[in-house]
Amino acid sequence: MVQFSLPQNSKILKGQYFKDKTGSSNLKIVHVYRWDPEKNDNPREDTFEVNIDACGNKVLDILHKIKNEMDSSLTFRRSCAHGVCGSCAMNVDGVNTLSCIKSHKDINGDIRIYPLPHLKVVKDLVADLSTFYRQYEEIEPWLKIKKSKSEKNEINQSKENRAKLDGLYECIMCACCSTSCPSYWWNEEKYLGPAVLLQAYRWISDSRDEEKKERLKMVADKLKLYRCHTIMNCTSSCPKGLNPAKAIGSIKKMLATS
Amino acid sequence: MSTYKIVDHEYDVLVVGAGGAGLRAAVGLSESGLKTACISKVFPTRSHTAAAQGGISAALGNAGEDDWRWHMYDTVKGSDWLGDQDCIEYLCKEAPKAVIELEHYGVPFSRTNDGKIYQRAFGGMTKNYGNEPVQRTCAAADRTGHAILHTLYGQALKHKTEFFIEYFALDLLMKNGECKGVLAWNLNEGTIHRFRSHITILATGGYGKIYYSATAAHTCTGDGNGMVLRAGLPLQDMEFVQFHPTGLYGIGCLISEAVRGEGGFLLNSKGERFMEKYAPNAKDLASRDVVSRSMAIEINQGRGIGKNKDYLHLHIEHIDPKIIETRLPGISESVATFVDRDVTKEPIPVVPTVHYNMGGIPTNYKAEVLTLNGGEKKVPGLMAIGETACVSVHGANRLGSNSLIDLVVFGKAAAKRATELVKSNSPHEEISKSETDKLLDRFDKLRNGNGSNKTSELRLSMQKTMQSKCAVFRTEKILKEGIDEIKKPYEGMESISVKDKSLIFNTDLMETLEFDNLIRQSITTLESAYQRKESRGAHAREDYPKRDDENYMKHTLSWHNGNEVKINYRPVNLSTLTNDVQTFPPKERVY
Repeated sequence: MVQFSLPQNSKILKGQYFKDKTGSSNLKIVHVYRWDPEKNDNPREDTFEVNIDACGNKVLDILHKIKNEMDSSLTFRRSCAHGVCGSCAMNVDGVNTLSCIKSHKDINGDIRIYPLPHLKVVKDLVADLSTFYRQYEEIEPWLKIKKSKSEKNEINQSKENRAKLDGLYECIMCACCSTSCPSYWWNEEKYLGPAVLLQAYRWISDSRDEEKKERLKMVADKLKLYRCHTIMNCTSSCPKGLNPAKAIGSIKKMLATS
Repeated sequence: MSTYKIVDHEYDVLVVGAGGAGLRAAVGLSESGLKTACISKVFPTRSHTAAAQGGISAALGNAGEDDWRWHMYDTVKGSDWLGDQDCIEYLCKEAPKAVIELEHYGVPFSRTNDGKIYQRAFGGMTKNYGNEPVQRTCAAADRTGHAILHTLYGQALKHKTEFFIEYFALDLLMKNGECKGVLAWNLNEGTIHRFRSHITILATGGYGKIYYSATAAHTCTGDGNGMVLRAGLPLQDMEFVQFHPTGLYGIGCLISEAVRGEGGFLLNSKGERFMEKYAPNAKDLASRDVVSRSMAIEINQGRGIGKNKDYLHLHIEHIDPKIIETRLPGISESVATFVDRDVTKEPIPVVPTVHYNMGGIPTNYKAEVLTLNGGEKKVPGLMAIGETACVSVHGANRLGSNSLIDLVVFGKAAAKRATELVKSNSPHEEISKSETDKLLDRFDKLRNGNGSNKTSELRLSMQKTMQSKCAVFRTEKILKEGIDEIKKPYEGMESISVKDKSLIFNTDLMETLEFDNLIRQSITTLESAYQRKESRGAHAREDYPKRDDENYMKHTLSWHNGNEVKINYRPVNLSTLTNDVQTFPPKERVY
């Protein structure tokens, strides 16, 4: 049988062990991916004993506790802490999610915290999202209307038409879905991925937009769109409960019937 | 000092911050053809504008008659007559245009039956100069800020704004009292960048994180305010910190005023609708300072709920679940996520929580920064917009939904003014090496801090002090204790410890730099509060319970230098901008 092995520098080594100093009997063992771009070392997995009696309910609370009390060099993005900004997307217990709304009580045993999968790592839990953001720009996420609209009034939109944007406009661009998609892993450069396609569909569905056809044409590509093989990881990982797989399906259906 | 290689950039205009205000300015500037850069410490859609829920105010009149003059009256009254009436006139008059523009940009506003922008009731918003509630707050369900922020980012992309994302602004480049640009740190590459610009627009947001519990994001550290203080310029009205009546108990997550706008109400442990007692007309929809104070009184007098009797209940179970689903879906989600309750069946535990900073960098209605130096003077090359600015349209207390409109109206105004002032591609002045070195010296000193005080410990000590010594109700004694106590974390910086010495995405260092900004704002907030011996808007002094127009109808200016805070004052502008409306003279503020 063919033997495969990982390149030497990609192997995750065992890192430091941070023992609890509070004497608590209610400890959670937390393993965190670490990698420092300014050193030549391999990535490692550090382990922290976290006193859960003095910690908030969410995984982000654990990370803050570690950073504030045990190791201030631990690096991760975070901002709103209430599930609306999308900064703290990461892989927790094998699933992509926002650490600020993920309860650690739902996780049995040790917790493993890794950066979003299959992206270049900038440092520790911070992943490089530049390709993801570039793809978002590619779908031209702005309303396309003719210049002649009255400046005094809004463009009318019925309640029913507005309702077509529900489940789409709420996307916070956290990238949990795209980075959970195997198709996106293999073709990150070319396949737009679920988050960006959901956004594309948001503009296609807006009754006010006057370039629906052009938008459909823009994504109608065997790599940009049809790399979606309805694996559905996107929908099961979306922390906001949205359904990118359905949005992609709707685009495909529109193309098939137009 | 270690030597840092510096990457140079030249732009006509530089915007610092990419929230609602920064993006709106950047869109206007890029549209005008000026060479514009926008730098931000977070990706634009991560900015805290995303967390704004209930809506954006504008007298569109989609739900009954409305007039921008009524909106102006409400805002002046809401500000407890500390707002500048020329600026408030500009805000309210420009508001409808600004909202229509947002709609044309693509904001997915909720709709009325006839397809217009949906408007809801909000605290302090009334018809006919205080007569009855009006529906003036334009909403995209309860995710209005999110919808606006994402739409504005799309517009900035459309107009090809040049973004520098995850760049942390360190300090202003000042020369002879003029702003010449900004020194910034690129987190992803670990490099130092010098941006020279004819105009620098600060849109860096509020500083809610000086408190322990706030609805503010971790990134709300008022970096622009910190830079302004270090540049020897003053901040204005720092004592006015808004406590939102309904922060989620124990979590701090915002529960929108829209909940009360849609018919929700507050109850104490006795099941009383206590707001009827404090604000007989507006009840639960009185101004935020009034509701927060009433709640604090209820809790202080033992009518709070729970084991420690330290919160109150917000009820919406009586509202049709369908309406909750369409108009308040975000709230339902947050309450389920953080306290595991179903809002259609159970009440929401809430407590007044730090939410907004009325104070900030003093500006005129064109967003130009002001200082007091012999007389009132503009600071050439410097503008400020959004929560970091103190225009002042919010005065002593901001009305709900007036912040989102502030962002877009003054973001646009700043772009307009910059277009008038700057000739595209005109040459930039030299910045001396010593000026840049001075700024880098602070950065380097903090980076190499090997002392015994952890940033997280100093920050916690600051936050606890602010929480207990500068809260809803204040007294001379407590504020004095605060002023003494806050010196400890400030002086603690002399012996700070930064474990991570690297330059790429060093959040240990970034949090330390943010703390340096926060602590200066804590100090000026406490001192400004101590010196204002009256009660006005959000500043409630138990020892001076009345508003004192004779002595204190003026803006506080505070400068910070080492352990010293210098306080001075400038008058409130009661005159209107045009003859379209007359001054609203001060009167007693009752809801």
